[in-house]
Amino acid sequence: MAAADTRADFRTRMQNWLPKIVLAPSVTLMLIFVYGFIFYTIYLSFTGSRMLPSYDWVGLRNYENLFRLSHWEIAITNLGIFASLYIIICTLIGLSLAIFLDQKIRGEGFLRPIYLYPMALSFIVTGTAWKWLLDPGIGIEATMQTWGFTEFTFNWIKDRDMAIYTIVIAAVWQTSGFVMAMFLAGLRGIDNEILKAAQMDGASNWSLYRRIIIPQLRPAFLSAFVILSHLAIKSYDLVIAMTDGGPGRATELPATFMYSYTFTRNQMGIGASSAVIMLMTIAAIMIPYLYAELREKK
Amino acid sequence: MSVATQDTAIRTGRVTRTFIYVFLLVFALFYLLPFLVMVLNSLKPLEEITSGNMIALPQDWTIAPWLSAWSTAQIGVEPTGLRPYFWNSIKMVVPAVAISTVLGALNGYVLTKWRFRFDTILFGLMLFACFIPFQIVLIPMARILGELGIAGTTTGLILVHVVYGLGFSTLYFRNYYAAFPTELVRAAQIDGAGFFQIFWRILLPSSGPIIVVCVIWQFTNIWNDFLFGASFASGGAAPMTVALNNLVNSSTGVAEYNVHFAGAIMAAGPTLLVYIVAGRYFVRGLMAGSVKG
Repeated sequence: MAAADTRADFRTRMQNWLPKIVLAPSVTLMLIFVYGFIFYTIYLSFTGSRMLPSYDWVGLRNYENLFRLSHWEIAITNLGIFASLYIIICTLIGLSLAIFLDQKIRGEGFLRPIYLYPMALSFIVTGTAWKWLLDPGIGIEATMQTWGFTEFTFNWIKDRDMAIYTIVIAAVWQTSGFVMAMFLAGLRGIDNEILKAAQMDGASNWSLYRRIIIPQLRPAFLSAFVILSHLAIKSYDLVIAMTDGGPGRATELPATFMYSYTFTRNQMGIGASSAVIMLMTIAAIMIPYLYAELREKK
Repeated sequence: MSVATQDTAIRTGRVTRTFIYVFLLVFALFYLLPFLVMVLNSLKPLEEITSGNMIALPQDWTIAPWLSAWSTAQIGVEPTGLRPYFWNSIKMVVPAVAISTVLGALNGYVLTKWRFRFDTILFGLMLFACFIPFQIVLIPMARILGELGIAGTTTGLILVHVVYGLGFSTLYFRNYYAAFPTELVRAAQIDGAGFFQIFWRILLPSSGPIIVVCVIWQFTNIWNDFLFGASFASGGAAPMTVALNNLVNSSTGVAEYNVHFAGAIMAAGPTLLVYIVAGRYFVRGLMAGSVKG
C-alpha cells in the first residue's frame, strides 16, 4: 500500500518536472550559444586579442581604435546610405504594390507570387544574378549598346562612388515583395464600413488613403521598418556575392568589416568590438519592439 | 493570405485602372527579369553572352553549362562541380530542420500549456536570439566547434543551425498552441493522460499547418545560409551557397557566366521548388516571423 502510494507520488512529481526537463536542453543551448557567446564576445572586445583570443584587458582601446579607422568609417557611412535607401525604397514599392493589388485586380493570385519569389532565394543567388546583370561588359549596358544605344552607360558596379547603390537595387529586388505582403495583410484588415462612411461624406480616393487607410497601417509600417533595418544591419552575403566589398572598399559594410578584421587581418579585439556595435544597434531597435509585442499578447 | 471577401469601397476610373495594371505588370517584369536572364543565359554558349545580348534567346541551345556546373566546374581547387556540395547541403539541412522543428514543437507546447514562472522572460530571450547579428557569436562558435572536434564538418553546421533555428521554431509553435483550447488539455489531464500522451494525442494531430510552416521556414533559411557555412565549413564540407560563391567569384581563368547562372539556378532550385509547391505556407511563415499575432 505504502509502496503504491510512493510510486503514484513519484509519478505526479515526475509529471510536474517533465515540462521543465523537456524545455531544459533548448534553454541550455540558448543560454550557452546565444547569451554566453554574446558575453564572451563582449569580453573579447575589451582584450588585446589578435589572431587568437587572449585575456589581457585593454579597456576601451579597441573601441577607440575602431572609430579612428577610416575602414570602419566607410563601413558605417555605407550602412547609413544603404539602410536608409533600402528601407525607404522597399516601403514605397511595397506600399504601392499592395495598394494597387488591393483594387480587385484580375490576376492578383498570379502576380503576388511573382512579387514574392525572390524572398525564397539565397542572397548568393541574387548577388550572382545582379552582379552579371549590372556588369558593363555583358549586362544591361552591353545589351543596350547592342540594341543601338551606343552612348548608354550603366557601370555603377565598377564605380567607387556608385557601387553601394547597386547593392541597394539587388536588396530591394529581393525583399520589396515581402514588404508588399505585409502591407497587403494590413490593408485587408481594415474595416470597409469606415471607408464607405467617409466616401458618403464626399472624400476622394486620395484623401481616403491619406487620412484613413495609411494611418491605420501603422503596425505594418512599424514591422516593415524593424524587419528591414535588422536585415540591413546584418547584410553580408549579398555584398560578398556582388562586389566582395569593392571596388576598393566602396561597398564595405559593418558585417564584412567584422569578418575581415577578425578572420583575415588577425585583429580579433577590433573585430569583436565591431560585432558588439552591430548587436547594440539591432538591440536598440528590436528590444522595444519585441517587448511591446510580448506585452500585447498577454 | 487572406482573400478579399468584402466589397472594396474604393472605386477607380478607367485611366487609373490602366495605370495600375501597367504599374503592376512593370514590376512583375522587374522581379522576373533577373531569373529569366539566368535561365536563358545558362542555356547559351559563352560566346553568345560575351558578344553582348543578355536578353536574347539562345541561338545555339545547349545544356553543356548545366553539366559543367553540376559535375566538372572548378570549385576552389577541385574540378568537382557543385554536385558534392549540393549533397553537403542536403545532409546538413534535413537533420537540422528535423531537430529544430521537434524541439520547437515541444518548447511551444511547454510554454503555452505548462506555464511556469518566468516563462515569458525565457520566451523573450529565445525570441531576441532570432534577431541577433550572427557576427556576435562567430568567434566563440569557431572555438567551441574546434574543441568539440567538429569544426569544418557537416555535423558542426547541423549543431549551429539547430541552435540558431530554435528561436523561430519555438516562436511558431508557441503562437500556434497559444490559440489551442487549454480546457482540452486540462480535461485529458483529469482523465489521467500524461505529458507526452497529451502532446501526441491531442496537440500533434492538429499541428499539421504549423509543422509545414516551420519546416519550410527552417529549410529555406538553413539552405540559404552563407555566413555560417563560409565560417565553419569552407573546405570539403562546404554547403551549396559557399560553393556557388567560390564558383562565381574565383579569380582564376575565364569567367564562364553561363556556368555561373546554371549553378545559381541549382542553388536556388530546392527553395524555389518548395515556394512553388507550398508558397502559401512560406508566406505565412514570413508573416508570423514579422507581424506576430
